[in-house]
Order: sequence, then C-alpha cells, then structure tokens
Amino acid sequence: MAYALQQLINGLTLGAVYGLIAIGYTMVYGIIGMINFAHGDIFMVSAFIAVTAFTLLAAFDITSLPLAITAVLITAIFFTSAYGWAVERMAYRPLRGSTRLAPLISAIGMSIFLQNMVQLTQGARVKPIPPVLEGGIEIWQSGGFTVQISWTQIMIVLVTIVLMVAFTYLITQTAFGRQQRACEQDSTMTALLGINVDRTISATFMLGAALAAVAGVMVTVYYGVVDFFIGFVAGIKAFTAAVLGGIGSLPGAMLGGLIIGLIEAFWAAYLSPEYKDVATFAILILVLMFRPSGLLGRPEVEKV
Amino acid sequence: MMLHMEGVHAHYGHIHALRGVDVTVQVGEIVTLIGANGAGKSTLMMSLFGKPGASSGRIVFDGEDITRVPSHLISRRGIAIVPEGRRIFPRMTVMENLLMGTAFADPANFNADIKRVYAMFPILEERAAQRAGTLSGGEQQMLAIGRALMSRPKLLLLDEPSLGLAPIYIKRIFQIIRELNTEHGMTVLLVEQNAHHALRVAHRGYVLQHGEIVLAGSGQELLASPEVRAAYLEGGH
Repeated sequence: MAYALQQLINGLTLGAVYGLIAIGYTMVYGIIGMINFAHGDIFMVSAFIAVTAFTLLAAFDITSLPLAITAVLITAIFFTSAYGWAVERMAYRPLRGSTRLAPLISAIGMSIFLQNMVQLTQGARVKPIPPVLEGGIEIWQSGGFTVQISWTQIMIVLVTIVLMVAFTYLITQTAFGRQQRACEQDSTMTALLGINVDRTISATFMLGAALAAVAGVMVTVYYGVVDFFIGFVAGIKAFTAAVLGGIGSLPGAMLGGLIIGLIEAFWAAYLSPEYKDVATFAILILVLMFRPSGLLGRPEVEKV
Repeated sequence: MMLHMEGVHAHYGHIHALRGVDVTVQVGEIVTLIGANGAGKSTLMMSLFGKPGASSGRIVFDGEDITRVPSHLISRRGIAIVPEGRRIFPRMTVMENLLMGTAFADPANFNADIKRVYAMFPILEERAAQRAGTLSGGEQQMLAIGRALMSRPKLLLLDEPSLGLAPIYIKRIFQIIRELNTEHGMTVLLVEQNAHHALRVAHRGYVLQHGEIVLAGSGQELLASPEVRAAYLEGGH
C-alpha cells in the first residue's frame, strides 16, 4: 500500500511534466493541423538552457533557492519561446499551403537539426548539475517502507497546476484566446475579421514552447542530468498523451499526460522498469486503433 | 464613390474566375451582383480581401488603393463580409462570435453596438451563451450579419444571405438589408442567386457571366430586362 502510494506520487509528477509538453503538441495541431515533431527537442533545448543557467548562477554564488529557480525559469521561457518562434518561421511558415506531408518532413528535419546542434555545442555526454532542491517530507511509514514526497515533486506539481489554471484562463477568457480558437476553427474567416493569422500561429508556437520550457527546467531539477536525446523520448510520450486525451483538446492533453505518467510509474514499479516505454507505445497503438479521437477529443468529421 | 473596381482579373487555381470586371458602389447604395453558379460572384467579393488577389486591375475603396493590402487589414478600413456559408465559429458561443467582430473596434462602442445588434436580432440575445453550432441556419445567418455589424463597417458585403433558408427567414433577411440601408445608411454589396428578391431591394445591379459583367442597370431595369427574366427569373427561381 505504501509502495503504491509512492508510485502514485511519482506518477503524478511525471504526468505533470508530460502534460505540460503535450499542450504544445495539441495547440499546434489545433491551429495548423500538423504534429510539430520538433516540439520534444524544444523541450530538450530548454533543459540545456536550464543547465547553463544553473551553472552560471552557481558561478556567481547566487544561492537563494527561490531566486535561482525563478531566474532559471524566466531565462528558459524567454529563450525557448524564441526557439519556438524561429522553428515556426523557418520550418513551417514557408510551407504553408503546400501538401500535408511537406511540413511533417521539415518538422522531423528540425528535430534532427536541434539534436545535432546541441550535441555539437554541448557534447554528446550526459550533463549533470549539482542537486538544486534536496530533501522532502516523509508522509507515511509502513512495513519498513517510507513514502516520501520530495520538495522537487511538490514544486513540479504546484507549478504545473498554477500554469494550467493560468493557461486555461488565457485560452477561454481573453481576446487572444478567442482569436486563437477562431484560427483553429476557420483561419480564413478569422483573417477576414481583421486578425493577423500568421501572428496568432507564431504566438501559439511560442506559448507551447514556453510550457515545454517549464517542463525542461522541472525535469532538469528532478533528475539532475540531461542529454541531447531526452527530447525524443519525452516528446513521443507527450505526443502519446496528447493523442490519448484527444489531439486538439487542451483538457485532454493535461488528462492524457497524467494518465501516461501514472501508467509509466506503476508499470516500472510492478512489471518491468526496462519495458516501461513499451507500455506508453502500446497505449498509443491501442488508442489509434480503437479510439482515434482520444478520450476528450471530438471526432474528425463534423457536422457544420 | 465608396468602391471602385477597375479591370479586375482574378484566378482561382487554374480557373480564370474574373475577366476584367468593372464595378462601382456609391455611398448609401445597395448594389447587387446576380449570376449563375460559378459565374464568379463570390470570387469578386473575396477578391476585395485579396483571397484570391487581383492578378491585374485596381480596387479602390474610400479613395485608397487596396488592391495589394493584406487580407487581415482590409476589414480595418471599413469593409465587413458575411461570407458564403456564413462561416460562424461553431464551437464558440454566440457572444464570442459577436466579439470576434470587434477585434479592432473601440471597446467604448461595444455596449451601443451590441444593443443595436440585439435590437435587430432579439434571438441572438436569448442565445448569447449558446454554442453557435447549435443554432438553426437562419439564426446562424443572423449571427453572421450581427458579427459583421459589430465592426461598424462602411461597406457591408453579403454573399448569398438567403441560401438554404426557410422562406420566413428569407423575407426577414431582405427586410433587414433594406432597414440597414434606409435607417442606418449602410452601403451594401449583395451577391444573390435569388435574383428576384435581390433586384427588388437593390438600387443597382450587375449581371455576371463567366467572370464578366454582361449587363448593368438599376434594379427596376434589370427586373424588366428580357435577358435577365429569361436567364435568372423565369428559369429556376
């Protein structure tokens, strides 16, 4: 029981991270109908920005923890959004209006480019950072097993909740959110109403990248190591989360992330840690076979 | 002169949809374009927004050349469109759809504008919180007109506003077009297949055939013209 509770905590933490990344997939799909396969690598770039920023802060002897984490978050969000903007501008915008396959290929090209760029400039080895946030709370002890929530896990879950609430408000209640949803439903009409669709698409990529940036910082703090390949696995799991929740649906992405995180944690704990990735991909296949519109998605064919 | 199109050519894919069209709309007029399916009526309207853009010729609105102005900047100059098929946002509420018409409007006008729209279409006020996709066709048409009016346009473009509507709604829509023109001084460019209704409400009309203007005149003249009668009034409608 205690062991299961511990896995629940671990799974929620992981799920929060996947959910943050999944929103980027789902929003971009919603607005341009395309999977941004470079999104996982945007997350990876953010993790490296976090490592660099933490190292710099340590060099300047800045030890106040809240200050350091806030500074790293702001830095990562700023630069990662710029990456998100640049990826859209270079790899997708020139292909707007071409065949559906073209931007998919350039997305994969962008992904390979980002991985290689980081590998060349940062090295191919695993990069560790000194522990940022240590310790936690022991919440329960039973049968020689101690259930513990680390401060890092608490931070991840809290930051994710705050971001999701803020983000939901932005999309459902503000003029920007309304314009973003309008572009999703009918971009031509949105332009006829005086809205700059290209700018809205850019903003969507930047928002998705900003959330991935937060995920990147959180993962860096959580695991303490990063390498240039983390974007691939995390990206494909977050993509699975987005598909499971229903691609195009924001609550779906959050829910899907949570479910994938929990399944992965429990699978690793009770079945086999080596094959935990198999669980995720099996889910992806099952969802695509039996419920392609996902848990909260709408069917593709729509009566207008 | 509010709108002047001069020798406008436009292509829709491989189709040469407009072949040197001259159209003029004066301030305070209702002008209608009639013609068969595929004659280029909708293309003509959309070419004002550069979708598709004019490949040659000139479009002047309110004294300024707008031929090459990007689509999203056209409505800011005072042109609003109720496009073919209405194109409301089905997964937004009625209120959100109306708000989409105010993207660049002065927020100070909002209360007055929404009151005006609700006075014209009381059903929209009742359904303000309802998803627009659940409205009936006629209600969606009213919503599309309301959305266009929220931007306080100088020129209102209406593309087949009566298409697919029940007779009672068709009557109401044309009544509203007349009201907008006489009571609010709105200038209207109206595309219709329903030539009979359109010519009766319009001051002037143009007949479009294969991307060319083949006939122009006052609404009364066109209604009486044997060619128009044979082709558009006594046939299908």
